[in-house]
Amino acid sequence: MHKSLIKAEFQVQRDDYKCIRCRVCERQCSFEVHSYDADADRMFEDEMKCVGCQRCVEYCPTRALTIQPHPSTIRPHGNWPYRAVKDICKQAETGGMLLSSTGDELGHRIYWDHLVLNASQVTNPSIDPLREPMELRTFIGRKPDQVDVRLVNGKPVLKTELPPQLTLETPMMFGAMSYGAISYNVCQSLARAATASGTMYNTGEGGLHRDFYQYGPNTIVQCASGRFGVHREYLNAGAAVEIKVGQGAKPGIGGHVPGEKVDKEISITRMIPVGTDALSPAPHHDIYSIEDLRQLIYALKEAVEYKKPVGVKIAAVHNAAAIASGIVRAGADFVTLDGLRGGTGAAPTRTRDSVGMPIELALAAVDQRLREEGIRNNASLIVAGGFRNSTDVVKAIALGADAVYIGTAALISLGCTVCQKCYTGKCPWGITTQDPYLTKRVNPEIGTQRLTNLLRAWSLEIKEILGGMGINAIESLRGNRLHLRAIGLNERELDVLGVMHAGE
Amino acid sequence: MATKAKTTKKRRRVQADEKVCIGCKLCEVACIVAHSKSKNIIRAFNEETPRALSRVLVEESKPLTFALQCRHCDDPPCAVACMTGALRKDPETGAVLHDREKCVGCWMCVMVCPYGGIQRDMREGKAASKCDLCLELDEPACVAACPNAALFVVEDED
Repeated sequence: MHKSLIKAEFQVQRDDYKCIRCRVCERQCSFEVHSYDADADRMFEDEMKCVGCQRCVEYCPTRALTIQPHPSTIRPHGNWPYRAVKDICKQAETGGMLLSSTGDELGHRIYWDHLVLNASQVTNPSIDPLREPMELRTFIGRKPDQVDVRLVNGKPVLKTELPPQLTLETPMMFGAMSYGAISYNVCQSLARAATASGTMYNTGEGGLHRDFYQYGPNTIVQCASGRFGVHREYLNAGAAVEIKVGQGAKPGIGGHVPGEKVDKEISITRMIPVGTDALSPAPHHDIYSIEDLRQLIYALKEAVEYKKPVGVKIAAVHNAAAIASGIVRAGADFVTLDGLRGGTGAAPTRTRDSVGMPIELALAAVDQRLREEGIRNNASLIVAGGFRNSTDVVKAIALGADAVYIGTAALISLGCTVCQKCYTGKCPWGITTQDPYLTKRVNPEIGTQRLTNLLRAWSLEIKEILGGMGINAIESLRGNRLHLRAIGLNERELDVLGVMHAGE
Repeated sequence: MATKAKTTKKRRRVQADEKVCIGCKLCEVACIVAHSKSKNIIRAFNEETPRALSRVLVEESKPLTFALQCRHCDDPPCAVACMTGALRKDPETGAVLHDREKCVGCWMCVMVCPYGGIQRDMREGKAASKCDLCLELDEPACVAACPNAALFVVEDED
């Protein structure tokens, strides 16, 4: 074999004075960077294998380790940064497609950072959320065009039969991550945290492990093109059903869980043989038109006896607004939009970084289109794709979303350092792996607590911001773009987002 | 979390949850530091000779790992077997304690312990080495050091 031209991405520095040869780094590194030579009583590092996950740095009891981007560099060039050179070398050596994980890393414009929020001053009083009630409760599902209220014995009674609704105590849910992509312990942490927080988590397309049926009232079950683990009991186990057509990280491409990850439990849950690749087809083979989609929506509604909302998830692509309109007209109770920065366990790098669009633009376009067509109330709008903090959530709701899914942020709260190696199945933080030696690293008790804390903290911040705006219910902010102003965007961007520039 | 056992009938011991033990052995590191002269991690490992022994040992048969130390039995076989009275059950704390001064290193305790909780300490003369529950600390060092809450103190009361 000839010499590889790929360079080390990270430099591993060990302070030999601080190193006590306890070999914790060696045991924690699932990529086998560290090794111990007993004869020399020395630790050695293979920098070529380092993915920069920082697991060893965090676990070193003397903090003797530092991992940083490798300082040796090629001559800087505008068109040929090392990333481009490295990718070419990799493909020259393997002849294969480049694979990566998590969302877009090219750094396309993050519009949230160009939007600012309003607050009350003098003429409209702000509200102190610590002293006055603040409502974050959110209902997901189709809302009737009008309600019929009659007086019965002098009391108003709602005569309109409401379509099924999901009740969320906070407008944030955990996004679709399948059992198979993430571990049993992570699924359990998400399910328990969603239950504790009065919100939902999404099973992703990998079915639902028997042990998690108990969290059904806080579960959205997914039906994707591979139909893994989909059966009547599964559909009825959750509180809602989501048909997954697309994923923000890889629009137009199906899921792929390599056979090595398909152990006995995953095989039972997904209803596929042990050790076989779980390949989701790119399209649903029974959906080639909006009419076909309508058939699936109603087939699922029949299966759940019209008692649960049925929604459709698509990736944010160029014609998202028209597609979303079709989805709503096909009978979906909610539409999920997943943007360019949405995460994944495995996606072709080129697709991940260059297909789709930022969620902000798709959300604004879809909300606007549904309003113009007078069908916005027919479906709730859930958005996903790289939400990093509570103000991203508030801005999304002001842009027109009913609720958001957080995925990567949830995993980061469990330890993920976004090293983008999920597809290797060797996650050193025990999150996106099925290796029983690694999955133990997420203690479901600690995981549940951390996820619950995250939702609680963001909810408190959302209340604080709402109070500052003089709003006492998230419902009053929904789609109210007058609460947003833009900084540093051009006129076309302002038009698409439907917001005014700051100062206007 | 843990409080010092005061009553006579308490039995205090460290328990492991093998489902979340990640086999990092930070408990062993913490035990060595807690039983070192300096209590300083770098000095305890790199400067003190002989180095302190860990009284907790991580048992490994991957993927299974768990930390094991003295179970501080109600009726400890080691104390029965000890011919010099170096091992005794402390009625106040419930801990099975070892008196190094009395120990002659006959290893009978090592032989009879059903858990493998006692090791031979050959560093300076012969003596047994075992978990003392870090009674002088608020919490055993191994429990405090466990990054994944896989070790915890349990107290049984009769």
